Amino acid sequence: MTAHGYDLAVRVRGLRKRYGDVTAVDGIDLGIRPGEVFGLLGPNGAGKSTTVEILQGNRDRDSGEVSVLGSDPATGTRAWRSRVGIVWQDESAPAELTVRETVRHFAGYYPRPRNPEEVIGLVGLEAKADSRIKALSGGQRRRLDVALGVIGGPDLLLLDEPTTGFDPAARRQFWSLIRALADGGTTILLTTHYLEEAEALAHRLAVVAKGRIVAEGEPGALRERYGTEALVEWTEPDGTPRRERTGTPTRTIAGLMRRFDGEIPGLAVSRPTLEDVYLRLTGQRQEDAR
Amino acid sequence: MTTTAVRDRGAVGVGGLPSAWGLGLRRGALEIRQFFRQRDQVVFTFAFPVVFLFLFASIFRDDVAGAGITASQLYVPAMMAAGIMSTSFQALGISIAVEREEKVLRRLRGTPMPPTAYFLGKIWLVLFTGLLETVILLLVGTTVYDVNLPSDAGRWFDLAWIFVLGITACALLGIAISSVPTSANSASSVVVLPFLVLQFISGVYIAIGTVPDWMLTIGALFPLKWMCQGLRGVFLPESAQVLEQAGSWETGRVALVLAAWCAGGLVLCLLTFRWKDRREG
Repeated sequence: MTAHGYDLAVRVRGLRKRYGDVTAVDGIDLGIRPGEVFGLLGPNGAGKSTTVEILQGNRDRDSGEVSVLGSDPATGTRAWRSRVGIVWQDESAPAELTVRETVRHFAGYYPRPRNPEEVIGLVGLEAKADSRIKALSGGQRRRLDVALGVIGGPDLLLLDEPTTGFDPAARRQFWSLIRALADGGTTILLTTHYLEEAEALAHRLAVVAKGRIVAEGEPGALRERYGTEALVEWTEPDGTPRRERTGTPTRTIAGLMRRFDGEIPGLAVSRPTLEDVYLRLTGQRQEDAR
Repeated sequence: MTTTAVRDRGAVGVGGLPSAWGLGLRRGALEIRQFFRQRDQVVFTFAFPVVFLFLFASIFRDDVAGAGITASQLYVPAMMAAGIMSTSFQALGISIAVEREEKVLRRLRGTPMPPTAYFLGKIWLVLFTGLLETVILLLVGTTVYDVNLPSDAGRWFDLAWIFVLGITACALLGIAISSVPTSANSASSVVVLPFLVLQFISGVYIAIGTVPDWMLTIGALFPLKWMCQGLRGVFLPESAQVLEQAGSWETGRVALVLAAWCAGGLVLCLLTFRWKDRREG
């Protein structure tokens, strides 16, 4: 136990949630350490958003233990809410107010808010501080969302697919913002379906598919563990194309050389990219999943 | 500095969290600012009852037999009651449904803002807009349609409590009905239809003497009929009491029904209010 009264900022054991016949979350375990940036990576419909909404205290769960900053989100008090910052997937703020009015107003909800001007600067909206929200671009609105997520000076920030719909330049800008927050000591849970994003930001990540965690670890370690297998492809003498995924491609080719006289028809050897690994783990590339 | 210390103490409640009352005031100020920035909404909200008053009071202006008043005079308190209900019930019923669909509510729920502060903010907004609406109708009524301002302090007092109880009851009902429509698109139909029906059976558009008894009985279950009746008591001469079903304005009963609706409406809101739209479960 630490001074806060908890070891992990987020602790989830055996989390399950069904919507009618559909199982959205099917037994997820998570442990996020204070100060960590944790990425929850997976395709749409994998159960990421449901998981995050349960952590926000915004959705009931069917079973499982959940502790966020030492409390169960289902019974989160105002004091607890003041320590958890949320950046929603699809966001909306009152369109008729200006950026400054909105950020200042939200600051008033918290016991120890950050300085509104400072937060507007942090998200790079100084030039737009007096613009109505309805006049902002999509990327600027997302930055306002982040400003509202961090205005209370949260210990934990929950970001649900924060960069969906961004152009590449805006995404990079957003990443530096998240890194700045992480450097300031904020614990961050980020969901994304962009592998690149999880790799760029997360200290650790979990790959989610069909409501389960299929791989977990540091991005580099994941690549080593799942990314070393090569794909060897060739054509049999009867014309049947064959492919084999193997950790020892040289041995496979040596075997083929013994079977074939001379050239091996259609021979190709390829190393999967991390993206291939991800797509395979999440079952989005079924034909390779052997 | 003394001033800062005093202000801080006022703004901070239990456990360092801002108090619900203080946040309610801040939300009220914000709601009013937002409201007046939507120019078309402002124009139509305020113009609607005025236009209807003009139409009805100009079309029907004959003397009402034996009551010592004109039909035009009857329409002034009626439209005032309808104006109070439109700025509260109708405006909130629609705007909260929109805020729910646009996820403004869900975002608020994710902050430490207490729900009470949100409701208080809405009440401040409708008190403000409703008062403006009432003043406008009062000006038109007294200058154009020969209605006199309340003649004594007692009648001013009646006007004040009918306004406060009526607008509170209608605001709470508006907050409650905002949870009924499944989308912001359907919200205006869901909210406007019952409001229109109530206006027909509560003595707003059509004098109560013309409406069948069974309809009046249904109307009497809701606040609008009592607001109309109470306001007739404020603005019309004693001789007009003959037009009432009970032969009097039943001021005590008006207070009772409106107060009961305030309490009932609050319970209804607390039981049925949704922060998310239905599709989100």
